[in-house]
Amino acid sequence: MNLTTSIAEPEVLVRSSPLIEVCGLTFGYGDGRILDDISLAMEAEGVTAFIGPSGCGKSTLLRCLNRMNDLIDGAQLHAGTVRIGGRDIYQRGVDVISLRQRVGMIFQRSNPFPRSIYENIAFGLRLQGFRTKSALDERVERSLQRVALWDEVKDRLFARGTDLSLGQQQRLCIARAVAVEPEVLLMDEPCSALDPVATARIEELIHQLKNDFKIVIVTHNMQQAARVSDRTAFFYQGRLIEYNDTEQIFINPADPQTEAYVSGRFG
Amino acid sequence: MKRFFHSELEAFRSTLVLMGERAIEIVRLATQALIEGRIELCEEALQQDDAIDQLELRIDNEGLRYISLRAPVATELRLVAIGMKAGQNLERVGDEACTIAKRTRELLSEIPPRSLHHIPRMAELTIEMLRDAIGCLVDEDSEKARLLPNRDNEVDALHRENYRQLSAILAREPENVASHLHLIFISKSLERIADHATNLAEEAIFLYRGEDLRHAPEIKAASSGTLKQSPPPL
Repeated sequence: MNLTTSIAEPEVLVRSSPLIEVCGLTFGYGDGRILDDISLAMEAEGVTAFIGPSGCGKSTLLRCLNRMNDLIDGAQLHAGTVRIGGRDIYQRGVDVISLRQRVGMIFQRSNPFPRSIYENIAFGLRLQGFRTKSALDERVERSLQRVALWDEVKDRLFARGTDLSLGQQQRLCIARAVAVEPEVLLMDEPCSALDPVATARIEELIHQLKNDFKIVIVTHNMQQAARVSDRTAFFYQGRLIEYNDTEQIFINPADPQTEAYVSGRFG
Repeated sequence: MKRFFHSELEAFRSTLVLMGERAIEIVRLATQALIEGRIELCEEALQQDDAIDQLELRIDNEGLRYISLRAPVATELRLVAIGMKAGQNLERVGDEACTIAKRTRELLSEIPPRSLHHIPRMAELTIEMLRDAIGCLVDEDSEKARLLPNRDNEVDALHRENYRQLSAILAREPENVASHLHLIFISKSLERIADHATNLAEEAIFLYRGEDLRHAPEIKAASSGTLKQSPPPL
């Protein structure tokens, strides 16, 4: 896939309603079609969950929202558009680095940099132009406070990020993402490698962060989707089957396939 | 660890308490109207019924939502399940109180009865039982809840005595049949309200101890001293 590498002005996402619009998206790897004619709009507020069986395309769609699929050989957008803040993110001239600062991502397996806790967060800030120690210190502390990690690490900021527990590492990754003040946070099964207590802490964090960021989460855990999300999209074999308020999806789904999936009778 | 959605459970419990208070109030108004001969209290009671019905809908919706989205287990699950049943019981209490209010309105518009027989005492006991049953749910007092079936026996006995006395009067004074029938139905409504209070107490026991005492031998034994017998036909 062609990447736009020209240095452009940082992308400023214009707040619009809806914030994220996917229109007729057909996407795949090589000749295969992973996503088939997907259309959905996500408002600027709240948490949207993508659910569906393995291989249904939910992670692929998530990665389309900040063009992380560009890094995969053979990835190809066959049709459709993805607009964020009113701007088609696949059009020529889009600075994908800046896009990924504005649309941050947290992965299934925590991936702190092999650096200190402090540097994990300061790294992105320096790319944004933060230079002075005081500014960096302030932003690092604020980011760690936001993810409820500050009290646990304030006395060892220069310990390695990889020395933290898995749950702490994941919160560090979230802190790293929020430090650069994104507008959207994409979370790809952020709790699948965590124990129930660490999972609960991440969910509490999602509940707090949704006041400041649009969050889109892929999860295999339907109860998690029910707990944390405001809207839920159910995918099957690359197609969007149903997209509605989470309450409706879990109490009175419109589509029989959705009902079968959320009630565990799928397959 | 308190989760962000636990506030929904607290709101659910608050709605249940509010509904309980409304149920007590409507029964109090309806019986006070009869005892004090104040027809305006009948209207005041009847106006409360819609609010009680809406609270039942709210409890059911909130309960269903919590079960669906939060997957509760253990005490939380029992609270939601029992809360929804309690809402139905309290809605029925509201309906019975409306029956009392409507029949009282009829009575006071025609010839007020010479005697209310044991109805004032039934009303006093029933309101106490209702208040205590709701208190058991709120205060987590399962021990007090176990005592309610015995008090229900007393209410039942008073109802049977009302029926016996009023049946005898009907036989002697057929020209006042409407008035005495109203009193029999009012007595029956109070007896039903006491039954609902007993149900609430059993639900409180299940909620806080996980014991399902419905139809349990000890409950039947508490009731067996004075069996719930159907009154003889008129």
